[in-house]
Amino acid sequence: MFGALGVGAAGVGVGVASGYAVGQSDDDGSVGAGSGAEQYDFYGQHQAGITTPAQDRMHFAAFDVTTSDRDALIELLQEWTQAAAAMTAGESVGGPLPYEAPPADTGEAIGLPASGLTLTFGFGPSLFVDESGEDRFGLAERQPAVLNRLPHFPADALQENRSDGDLCIQACADDPQVAVHAIRNLSRIAFGRASLRWSQLGFGRTSSTSTAQSTPRNLFGFKDGTANIKSEETDVVKESVWVAAGDDPDAEWMVDGSYLVARRISMSIETWDRTSLAEQELITGRDRQEGAPLSGGTEFTEPDFAAKGGDGEFLMATNSHVRLAHPSQNDGVQMLRRGYNFTDGSNELGRLDAGLFFLAFVRDPDVQYIPMQTRMSAQDGLMEYLQHTGSALFAVPPGAAQDEWVGQGLFA
Amino acid sequence: MKRVLFASSAILALTLSACTDNSETTSDGASTGDSGAIAVSATDDACDLSATETGSGTLTFNVTNDGSQVTEFYLLGEDQLRIIGEVENIGPGLSRDLVMQAPAGDYFTACKPGMVGDGIQAAFTVTDSGAEMAASGDSAELVAQADEQYGAYIRDQTEQLLADTEEFTALYVAGDDDAAREFYPEARLHWERIETVAESFGDLDPSMDLREADLEPGQEWTGWHAIEKDLWPPEDGDYETLDQAGRQALADKLNSDTQELYDRTRDMTFTADQIGNGAKGLLDEVATGKVTGEEEIWSHTDLWDFQANVDGARVAWQGLSPILETKNPELDAEVAERFDELQALLDQHRDGEGFVLYTELSTEEVKELSDAVNALSEPLSQVTAAVLQ
Repeated sequence: MFGALGVGAAGVGVGVASGYAVGQSDDDGSVGAGSGAEQYDFYGQHQAGITTPAQDRMHFAAFDVTTSDRDALIELLQEWTQAAAAMTAGESVGGPLPYEAPPADTGEAIGLPASGLTLTFGFGPSLFVDESGEDRFGLAERQPAVLNRLPHFPADALQENRSDGDLCIQACADDPQVAVHAIRNLSRIAFGRASLRWSQLGFGRTSSTSTAQSTPRNLFGFKDGTANIKSEETDVVKESVWVAAGDDPDAEWMVDGSYLVARRISMSIETWDRTSLAEQELITGRDRQEGAPLSGGTEFTEPDFAAKGGDGEFLMATNSHVRLAHPSQNDGVQMLRRGYNFTDGSNELGRLDAGLFFLAFVRDPDVQYIPMQTRMSAQDGLMEYLQHTGSALFAVPPGAAQDEWVGQGLFA
Repeated sequence: MKRVLFASSAILALTLSACTDNSETTSDGASTGDSGAIAVSATDDACDLSATETGSGTLTFNVTNDGSQVTEFYLLGEDQLRIIGEVENIGPGLSRDLVMQAPAGDYFTACKPGMVGDGIQAAFTVTDSGAEMAASGDSAELVAQADEQYGAYIRDQTEQLLADTEEFTALYVAGDDDAAREFYPEARLHWERIETVAESFGDLDPSMDLREADLEPGQEWTGWHAIEKDLWPPEDGDYETLDQAGRQALADKLNSDTQELYDRTRDMTFTADQIGNGAKGLLDEVATGKVTGEEEIWSHTDLWDFQANVDGARVAWQGLSPILETKNPELDAEVAERFDELQALLDQHRDGEGFVLYTELSTEEVKELSDAVNALSEPLSQVTAAVLQ
């Protein structure tokens, strides 16, 4: 267990001064699974929910904008901002209404603390230009050059009703009821302007985004995200996560924002479970118990990709997941991963409908995600047990100041 | 990064601009001159308020019954008689909010433990906060007009329903099945337009409109959907079409039930909340039964029912619209716009005098219709409270 740094301290280090802990961090050293007292400001330079220590639960939602009225879209973002600021502070949406009226807030979070809720909003490429090339809201000129529908990767089995979207909201919290409450109320506010396209629940984090957090395991049973960017690595965060001035002259509104890659990755749980431990570790590239690279050491030892065994084969196999995902094999690029384990019940064959809802934040998806995924989809030994069933890319604008609404810069 | 808090006026400006769509009924009370909730502790012998003065606009009293008897709380006019706002039937230990609009003026508050007598009264002052107020005024006349209009609509629709039901059942009994199938969705239009009123008669609705899936064990299946299945019998399965006597029995029952519905609706009167909630109820019917294709599982004529539910809801809202225009014009305009959007979408699925079958709709088209129903139903669900304000 790591010492309790307190989420506030971690946040300040990377310029997320908006994130602060109310009350004290947990005494047992675990971060995120505590009393629910964690609370992050909605307003700030960057949106919360990116370098924020990954919460335990997630409800992610993508929306289709149904109005063609630019003002109605702006009003929606304004109302979402208001509601998000209230909910992330542990308060209800709206005020009391007459007894004869349906309540403004749906009520299931009454009495629950903020539970570290963060709400992170994003814009999909289809918000800017529709399929026929039409400029939907006069925003086409401001579409970032790198905000495009993700390409087809080898072995993709994408489902339309789990992919893409004009808008997205990532709701993360340490209490699933709080995360679901947020998406439910924001969806309700959107009626008549945007409708839910798809949504995904995640029951457990598969990444740590702070050195104060222990590395969680994915449903293959392996530690995931050991080499993830941590919020404490301020230089790496700045270099790899946040869009900087000058990155895209046509999309200066994205400065201090980031790009969010979402991939629903289904796992063939049953076949994996009957795979030998030797095979499991070989294609992962780490030992299961400790998470150490097979070239030796402990969890956080850098893998030695040149090391060979007595048989002359690389200890870190050439098709191993860790080797293919490692920055040294990808021109040094990194991304901030923030994924969640999911189970959507079981399918008609009685198999678990489970996997990993991959979320990553990058400064430039063309450099930091697409080349790596192209290679991994073709070469990663794990692909035998994986199927990508959903895909989306969103531009996550910077945080809103107290008197602003989220995404305001895009419409300025 | 730290940012200096901007002046509250800037925040208020944002708040207001963010609320133009839904006005005060859905948004933060702070946007309409709310001065914070006033706590009321109502006991068996006291009525304690946390403040006896507040600014005009939306007032919120959070009334807690700290006594042992069921109580009521009133805001009364200067004459101590006229009721400006009230919450009734607050059980011991319970809390309830009274949310209402009040202009500047002198008032009286009253707690009424045991719900008898004049209650425990005290003076209460509303000062001018500068908040814009919805037009006040006695809407009793407008409510009476709405009642008259809606009552006439119900009478007219039941009259047409009676005639069309007799025509439809005659075709069915005569074995003219093609004509009966063609007329079925048209005759049902009148039923679906007044469905929430018909459903208020707990004995008639199950015998006239029960779906097979809703049958209780041992319950006899009669009404529209029993005939529907007999006219569109499932191709495989063990359903046996009815013989002449079976047809006659279903037809007679439906005719006599419809006559009963006709008789009972001659003198019906409606309060504003019955009309408002009826409109919302009709849209709920669309959302749960029609947009899912569950209502007409054999004939697939769900879009006729859909249209009829929307017709009935629109008439109900139109009756209340003159009241809503004075109380909350933004909400009224939003409802009008959403009705038009939904109707435009429905019109895309017209086929001749009627509609395409539900089974011809694509998943995307159903989703579009469902989105439009949600878009209308949210503001429509606020109409009743807005009218009663």
